[in-house]
Amino acid sequence: MARVRVQEAPFDAGQEIAALTAGRRDVGAVATFVGLVRDLNEGSAVSGMTLEHYPGMTERALEEICAEAGRRWRLIDIRVVHRVGPLAPGEAIVLVAVAGAHRGEAFAACEFVMDYLKTRAPFWKKEETPEGARWVEARVSDDEAAARWRKAGPSGA
Amino acid sequence: MITILYFASLRERLDCTREQVPLPVGTPTVGTLVEALRSRDARRSEAFAPGRAWRVAVNQQIADAATPLKPGDEVAFFPPVTGG
Repeated sequence: MARVRVQEAPFDAGQEIAALTAGRRDVGAVATFVGLVRDLNEGSAVSGMTLEHYPGMTERALEEICAEAGRRWRLIDIRVVHRVGPLAPGEAIVLVAVAGAHRGEAFAACEFVMDYLKTRAPFWKKEETPEGARWVEARVSDDEAAARWRKAGPSGA
Repeated sequence: MITILYFASLRERLDCTREQVPLPVGTPTVGTLVEALRSRDARRSEAFAPGRAWRVAVNQQIADAATPLKPGDEVAFFPPVTGG
């Protein structure tokens, strides 16, 4: 199964984890992150959102982020699933699952992949609010979260 | 010629998804391409005005104003990303 998928359809986090570890006996830890659509952002009610992306570059950028995680930590496998198209509050947007021998590298790599995805993968969110549709602005805090991995070096956290 | 793609708010502001433009004369880079686009019309001039936050990828790799361009390149302009 591909390490990276971009799709409109919902995903099942349990199935993704099962696929990641199927037939393996060397996995001691799977760290996962699931991002969900909230019904509130920047003080406005959000009734839904649409995710746009750059087909081709998106998959390539996600693959590069996974490869970089693999260079920084000893990992067994990674799965990244990111949804695009229309999404409602409560729906899952993104899954990152990292399998390793121990929890330390799995936790660190999972956070790293999310921080890099947030600043390097070409996705854009447009929210529907009572005031109309609006593009979500990038956050400085996301840039800061990604930047700290530059200082941390190959050993990570 | 090169192909330009626009995404998200930039695509809406310019009302353009994709266009073919000639390679800038002289030293073709992302920077000289942006200058050429800005001099073309008011919408592009405003979208790429100094201080406007935009990002660029050349052939699907993150690039910057200094990145050189060659015939056939795919150049994508977009706002800072907001996935995850």
